Amino acid sequence: MRGEPQGRKWSGRAVVLLPCVWLVVFFLTPFVIVLKISLSQTALAQPPYSPVFDLSAGWAGFLDFARQLSLESFRLLFTDLIYLLSYLKSLQVAAISTLILVLVGYPFAYGIARAPRGWQPLLVMALVLPFWTSFLIRVYAWINILQRDGLLNDVLMRLHIVDVPLIWLSSDTAIYIGIVYSYLPFMVLPLYAALEKMDESLLEAAADLGCPRWKTFWLVVVPLSLPGAAAGALLCFIPIVGEFVIPDLLGGSETLMIGQTLWTEFFANRDWPVASAIAVTLLALLLVPMLFYERLQQRSLEGGR
Amino acid sequence: MRRGASLFNIVSVAIGLAFLYLPISILVIYSFNASRLVTVWGGWSLTWYRELLNDTAILQAAWISLRVAALSATAATILGTLAAVALVRLGSFRGRLLFSGMVYAPLVMPEVITGLSLLLLFVAFNVDRGFWTIAIAHTTLTMCFVTVIVQSRLIGFDRSLEEAAMDLGCPPLKTFLTITLPLIAPAIAAGWMLAFTLSLDDLVIASFTTGPGATTLPIRIYSEVRLGVKPEINAVCTIMIAIVAAGTVVASLITKGGAARRQREALGAQV
Repeated sequence: MRGEPQGRKWSGRAVVLLPCVWLVVFFLTPFVIVLKISLSQTALAQPPYSPVFDLSAGWAGFLDFARQLSLESFRLLFTDLIYLLSYLKSLQVAAISTLILVLVGYPFAYGIARAPRGWQPLLVMALVLPFWTSFLIRVYAWINILQRDGLLNDVLMRLHIVDVPLIWLSSDTAIYIGIVYSYLPFMVLPLYAALEKMDESLLEAAADLGCPRWKTFWLVVVPLSLPGAAAGALLCFIPIVGEFVIPDLLGGSETLMIGQTLWTEFFANRDWPVASAIAVTLLALLLVPMLFYERLQQRSLEGGR
Repeated sequence: MRRGASLFNIVSVAIGLAFLYLPISILVIYSFNASRLVTVWGGWSLTWYRELLNDTAILQAAWISLRVAALSATAATILGTLAAVALVRLGSFRGRLLFSGMVYAPLVMPEVITGLSLLLLFVAFNVDRGFWTIAIAHTTLTMCFVTVIVQSRLIGFDRSLEEAAMDLGCPPLKTFLTITLPLIAPAIAAGWMLAFTLSLDDLVIASFTTGPGATTLPIRIYSEVRLGVKPEINAVCTIMIAIVAAGTVVASLITKGGAARRQREALGAQV
């Protein structure tokens, strides 16, 4: 703020206040409550946990409340193998699908970036358009294809590649297909943005100096596109770890991803403290990649001034 | 970037686009299938659309979803635009780091966490769950998307018009309303539409924050889909795709018109 008039300052405060209050009430406070309930214990009551914080009891009530908090739910998370396996499965699925997304997304983004200038906005729009249609619909569309008497088996049998219908649905393969399909635009867009900004003369210089094309690609293009690749990878990895809809509709029932486990604890078992403890640990797990992502986001939006 | 796409580039883009569009096209085509089975083509028909008209549960859910989406998108657009203005125009203010952290976090926050935490908030304060709680939850989820869109527009724009108005004695609020707002209007419109479709689309957060009598369309579709493929659901999805496609074309026309106008203005300024 370089010597702004006083009136500007006041209107500035008003501008921050409204979104700030909203976010504190509906984004920050809920996390405090989740943390509190993760330290509570299940109870056969409404709401189904104890202790319930009661403001009217004053300071004594608060001390009493604090004494009743326990780490029971967290102890359960770290001792019962179900939860540990769930976390590992989520991390594994997220890591492998992010890798596939980079491998699939890179040639796609590179292709768009090398297309004639006039074509590029059209190609980008074609890339984004499916993202505007419902996530649920896009996952559902794959059930049509992957189910036992679905189109994929139909095509494979007609081409005599297989004789009996294969099982695609309710498997990890289906989860990977669904995730790669749903998250592809999130990977391609940041990659394309990085590739498109690249200075053409660098490639010409490399070519003039006799560098072969593949080597130029590896030594010049890939390093310059790394920020885009990192943004895309984080933008995919973080939500995939907590993904619920895709594994629930396309995956099997052997090992659940952590989002499904949270959902089951909450809706089926009505164990709110354990569900909250899962949320707290998941958040702790994702905090570092999320901070990285925020740094990148801030730099790309505010560094360009 | 050196122009001139190689064969490899063309093939990878073609395969990528085919991968993105094939499943959706199949879904649309099979919504017109007269046969109930996916593998059997029974000829073109509108049976499933007719059946949809009699399915009051789906129609009711769609109506609730549209109302939630319109309300939450409007609220999210107001809040998100204010947040974007604050982030771009106020420079460094106290609590900026926390503020920007809160603004960007919902972008990548897993939905199960946001949904669970909002539900527990509503329970803790004894709020009756239903239409309003879903709308509040969706506003919180979508405002960050509006912020990002409006922010990138605010960064890439010429401040000299604003400064000229202020130098001529125009008060800040009036400058914002008469100069800034019209210039960022296309971004605000795009933000509203994105917020609207995200709200229309959301299953997880709505499932957590819903209450009796407030079944949104995705919740309804999800409960049907879990029991297997139904042609009526193909028809609902096709209608939603058609609405979204039409909306996107309109939005791109608006922004394109805006871009062309700005370009003309910039040229006029040079002459």
